[in-house]
Amino acid sequence: MALKIVKGSIDRMFDKNLQDLVRGIRNHKEDEAKYISTCIDEIKQELKQDNIAVKANAVCKLTYLQMLGYDVSWAAFNIVEVMSSSKFTYKRIGYLAASQCFHESTDVIMLTTNQIRKDLSSPNQYDTGVALTGLSCFVTPDLARDLANDIMTLMSHTKPYIRKKAVLIMYKVFLKYPESLRPAFPRLKEKLEDPDPGVQSAAVNVICELARRNPKNYLSLAPLFFKLMTSSTNNWVLIKIIKLFGALTPLEPRLGKKLIEPLTNLIHSTSAMSLLYECVNTVIAVLISLSSGMPNHSASIQLCVQKLRILIEDSDQNLKYLGLLAMSKILKTHPKSVQSHKDLILQCLDDKDESIRLRALDLLYGMVSKKNLMEIVKKLMLHVDKAEGTTYRDELLTKIIDICSQSNYQYITNFEWYISILVELTRLEGTRHGHLIASQMLDVAIRVKAIREFAVAQMATLLDNAHLLTGNTQRNGICEVLYAAAWICGEFSEHLENPMQTLEAMLRPKVATLPGHIQAVYVQNAAKLFATVLRSQEGNTDRTAAQETSQLMIDRLPLFVQSANLEVQERASCILQLVKYIQKLQQKDVEVAEEVNALFAGELNPVAPKAQKKVPVPEGLDLDAWINEPPSESESEDEKPRTMFTREETKHSRPRHTEVDEKELAKRREVRKQEQASNPFYIKSSPSSQKVYQEAPGVDHIPVVQIDLSVPLKVPGLPMSDQYVKLEEERRQKDRADKKKKEKKKRKEKGGRRGKRDSGPESEEDITPAHMVDIVTEEMPENALPSDDDDKDPNDPHKALDIDLDRPLADSEKLPVRSHRSSEALKTMAEEVEVVAPQEAKKKGGKEKKEKKKDKEKDRKKSKEEKKKKKHKHDEGEEDLMGGQTEEPMVQSETTNDVVAPPPTTTAEVSDLDFWLSNAPVPSNSQEVAVTAVTAPAAAAAAAAAGVPPAASGSAPDSEPDEPKDAEVDESKSSKHKKKKQKKEKEEKDKKKKKKHHHHRHHSDGAGEESVQNGTVEEEEEPLPPMSNYCLLAENSYIKMVCDIQGNLQDGSQVVVSLIFENKCDSFLKAMEFNVLDSLNSRLQRPDGAGPHDGLTVPFQLPPGVSNEARFVFTVKSIVMPQKLKGTLAFIVKNEDSSTHEKLDFKLHFTCTSYLITTPCYSDAFAKLLESGDLKASSVKLEGVVMPFPHLLARICFHHHFSVVERIDSCASMYSRSIQGHHVCLLVKTADQTVSIDAKCDEPSLLSNVLDEIKLTFSQC
Amino acid sequence: MIKFVLMVNRQGQTRLSRYYQPVELGKRAALEADVVRGCLYRKKEECSFVEYKDFKLVYRHYASLYIVVGITESENELSVYELVHNFVEVLDKYFSRVVSPIMFNMDKVHIILDEMIQNGHVVETNHSRILAPLSALDTLAHS
Repeated sequence: MALKIVKGSIDRMFDKNLQDLVRGIRNHKEDEAKYISTCIDEIKQELKQDNIAVKANAVCKLTYLQMLGYDVSWAAFNIVEVMSSSKFTYKRIGYLAASQCFHESTDVIMLTTNQIRKDLSSPNQYDTGVALTGLSCFVTPDLARDLANDIMTLMSHTKPYIRKKAVLIMYKVFLKYPESLRPAFPRLKEKLEDPDPGVQSAAVNVICELARRNPKNYLSLAPLFFKLMTSSTNNWVLIKIIKLFGALTPLEPRLGKKLIEPLTNLIHSTSAMSLLYECVNTVIAVLISLSSGMPNHSASIQLCVQKLRILIEDSDQNLKYLGLLAMSKILKTHPKSVQSHKDLILQCLDDKDESIRLRALDLLYGMVSKKNLMEIVKKLMLHVDKAEGTTYRDELLTKIIDICSQSNYQYITNFEWYISILVELTRLEGTRHGHLIASQMLDVAIRVKAIREFAVAQMATLLDNAHLLTGNTQRNGICEVLYAAAWICGEFSEHLENPMQTLEAMLRPKVATLPGHIQAVYVQNAAKLFATVLRSQEGNTDRTAAQETSQLMIDRLPLFVQSANLEVQERASCILQLVKYIQKLQQKDVEVAEEVNALFAGELNPVAPKAQKKVPVPEGLDLDAWINEPPSESESEDEKPRTMFTREETKHSRPRHTEVDEKELAKRREVRKQEQASNPFYIKSSPSSQKVYQEAPGVDHIPVVQIDLSVPLKVPGLPMSDQYVKLEEERRQKDRADKKKKEKKKRKEKGGRRGKRDSGPESEEDITPAHMVDIVTEEMPENALPSDDDDKDPNDPHKALDIDLDRPLADSEKLPVRSHRSSEALKTMAEEVEVVAPQEAKKKGGKEKKEKKKDKEKDRKKSKEEKKKKKHKHDEGEEDLMGGQTEEPMVQSETTNDVVAPPPTTTAEVSDLDFWLSNAPVPSNSQEVAVTAVTAPAAAAAAAAAGVPPAASGSAPDSEPDEPKDAEVDESKSSKHKKKKQKKEKEEKDKKKKKKHHHHRHHSDGAGEESVQNGTVEEEEEPLPPMSNYCLLAENSYIKMVCDIQGNLQDGSQVVVSLIFENKCDSFLKAMEFNVLDSLNSRLQRPDGAGPHDGLTVPFQLPPGVSNEARFVFTVKSIVMPQKLKGTLAFIVKNEDSSTHEKLDFKLHFTCTSYLITTPCYSDAFAKLLESGDLKASSVKLEGVVMPFPHLLARICFHHHFSVVERIDSCASMYSRSIQGHHVCLLVKTADQTVSIDAKCDEPSLLSNVLDEIKLTFSQC
Repeated sequence: MIKFVLMVNRQGQTRLSRYYQPVELGKRAALEADVVRGCLYRKKEECSFVEYKDFKLVYRHYASLYIVVGITESENELSVYELVHNFVEVLDKYFSRVVSPIMFNMDKVHIILDEMIQNGHVVETNHSRILAPLSALDTLAHS
């Protein structure tokens, strides 16, 4: 031992450990690379040793080097070695290294499968933990497949430490091995209600992450999450859940309605900023999804805006930033609420933090209106001047343009102002966004016809002063503007005041220094200008002027012909030849202007950016089909390398001319023309396509304000747009004055003018645009496809996880178990083994299944108990917010009755959700306060819509994730008010019952008996008539009471009476007091301190026509006999003028049935129970029962709280349990309208009473 | 979810990196340099959230150490901001007890981090529970 220690310390003396390495690297700053390479050599030596401690140390150092960016993949095998060390100290080093260095393509990962499996099942929780952590970093599809089952088992580990890690890693497993999602999901769902908050949080995390990608599959979990949200106090969990709801609400607006209240409560109550921020975000998401129809809609939005304002005003920059971020989300739907905080947001533009300024800019974008656009842009222009750093200035520039151009220039009332803003922006130094300004200029000039004259004038000035823009080489970006200027001047040259001057400006030698594509535009538009000039000059008597212009062209164009740029060269030489020809004609005194102008005739219309994409593919055209025979493979090999080909192309500048002769070309052209003519999808330049274009109703009629257009651009430093602001204000004032004068006339005129333009929500401001702005809509091809297909990334790994989780599990959907794989492997190896292995696999599979069942059963019980508990709480009127949290996991001690949770059908699932959602918002705390005058019509409609015929929803097979929802349904019961809803609820109950009964049949199928096939059930069954357990208790002219009595599973001595009070009169009913005369056996539970004869106040009042439910708890001693209790309900009827005391007597009938609780039971447990001999038998015969057997069973199930254990043809066994644990077994047979029921129970009097009650039920119908 | 956690010193050298989504080794250096540039040059009065490409950076500055966390949209910025502080508190608690500089014990920092964040999700925030495996390891080493 001592020797070992000595040896260890010697090792340590010679080997560098991580600390030495870190220190060493620090000390070798100058020759770090060299030092590290010697270290790596040492490490390589260390790795060759047998001592695992040395190896681990080496690997530890490698991990550090890897972090510094050195490739250590060569040591992958050594890492695996260290991972498989039995000592945790080394093992964790190995796993750490693996998690840092391994990735999917690391091939040694394959070797780790068994090691990891061993570690996962290690008795040491830290071994398991470190394996899970490591696995989460390097899990591959193979590992995921092989280990999915092991990890799933760990999800139910006894230690929460392991459970939470296992749950979290499942997410990675799902991603890598999507098939595992469905089999693992039920257990994952269980973990949402794990007693350990850490595990719960992990499950919430995973499901949230899954749901965020494919929200629709998780919508059915909403009730469960809702419950978690209202019960959890863990902010981490709350944030996740609330975030999840944010993703779900767009799919289900009703969910949003339900959320608003608890969320606003949280907003009011929480002190955690992160939670507050999340709530605000989700409320915003909810409000976005609810486009309209929320009554207190504006209140919530106001609350959010208010809270955000507090955040923004905070001195903490982080809060300020997030406040602005969230505010911008509100802006999209509720711009007005944000606009009132314009001052605050403008303030943020002065913030020191650039990201805050940028956020504020984003907000400004949405805040502009016609009224404030000019003001805001003016502020921004000031900031542009002040701004330091080009990035921020560029951002400002783009924002200004975005703000102005948004929604088709909706907020611009004066385009002259806008053009001058654009021109001002061209003076920005060093901006990269010249093209942006240019495209704006083009867009405005093309689409706003009325502005063309002004625009052309401005552009001409720009061209004239081009040297200001191009003078500085650094300002290269901005010269893009000249592209636009030249094009505008050319295209709309008819508006030019002095085209000759512009033409000269465009042909200056300096132009040759501009980028090629701009020069090309210059040349082309010079030709257009030339045409215009010719026309004006030919009108004169003096012909020489025209000839001089031609000469100017001929003199200047050769400069461009010499251009290195192909485009410039080509255009210039064409035009040069053309002008030369024109000159010849001119010398012969031929008038050419008309013909030259014809070259550029026709109007250019804007085309929508997506137009090309939207051209439908003509019928019969297969774009993927080969046009020619596909080249054979050998040919493609012979193909010359690409580079040669392209090089050749660059050598001759115009290869196409040399290749095709003129005749051939002409022929082809002709053919193409004809094709185009007959092709309806070809976008022709014919006027038909111009029908989209809206003809302006005559520019002349428009009252254009006289504006001094000769704003001196050449004077830099004078922001001329300001003048427009002033002018615009004057104009608006004048407008207003005018309007007062001749209100009538104006309105008429305006209506006519505005009709054509789409006017947004600007109606609040009566600002008439200065110009008739004819914003030309963009053209689309005629048969444009309306689809706006969003292109999703096909490589998104989450796509594979878009899996329907509500569909029941098929037998084939099991996680691969180890034995299964080994059997497969064996099969390939030897034939003899083949026979044995599958059997083995089968056995294992069966075992696993059974285990699963047990798990499910446990879970089900848990949730059931929870449900009951909740009920209980309700009854006592406790306001325990933490109810969910403080609950201990209840593991039932009785295991005699094995249960498989009843799996719900998909339809049932959906309708459950519908049902849950159709309720009026549940108060977030569990108190049962009356809600007066409730129910939006929408909710009622939803309830109606959810009313799926019972048979339809009951007939499909189920899977278990229903249970919690049922609990939810029960919970929400409390807040129901309308009769309709009660009915709905009953239907729901029916379904529930039916589900169970189906399920059990299904189960017997599984047991191998010949019985009803699952598939045939549908045809066999007729829809069940609606049933209700609520029976009339008492009624008078004011009020009606119906009641349902249920036992409390939690407490064998308690019975819960649910009473629905319905106000039948036109008056207000208040101060209702419920009292019962206790008997020796049964007593009403009264609050502490109340006397035995005191009544209980009903916790609500009833407006006319409204009903509500209250629950009362009774304590009973013996349950073997039915009994009746006398009681009185006293209340005050309040009219407008008077109020009277009234009372209503009733008799509460506790039947023995009400002491029974629906408890599912396995057939084998059932058989055991019958064999045990502890039970006394009794039987009863019912004559003349004319109803289908399934209905009969359903009735017994529903009214008497039984569950079907097994059904074979016209014979069924049923089971129920009393609150005090008595077993009640029935064997129901039917033949010729006679039903015989043989029953067994350990309490004969209870049994006979129950049988009597069953008899009564059937005699009544 | 959390994409990565970086610990960087004032000179921009990475002291610890943990990726919860695989990033190629070659790209890590570039990413780290970029991220560090994004955060280090921010002034104190600027907010701690930086928009970076398609995700966000949340960073905190402690003496000579910067902790930068890359998060996706689905994460709450403020809660991650708190998490970083929590992490630092745990580090402080552990390393002040052990009296050895964090710099030389990166593997232990990893253990702490792994206890807190797994798979890009927060697993634990309770100090003593986070430190439990580490203490177990220490007792193992001493015995």
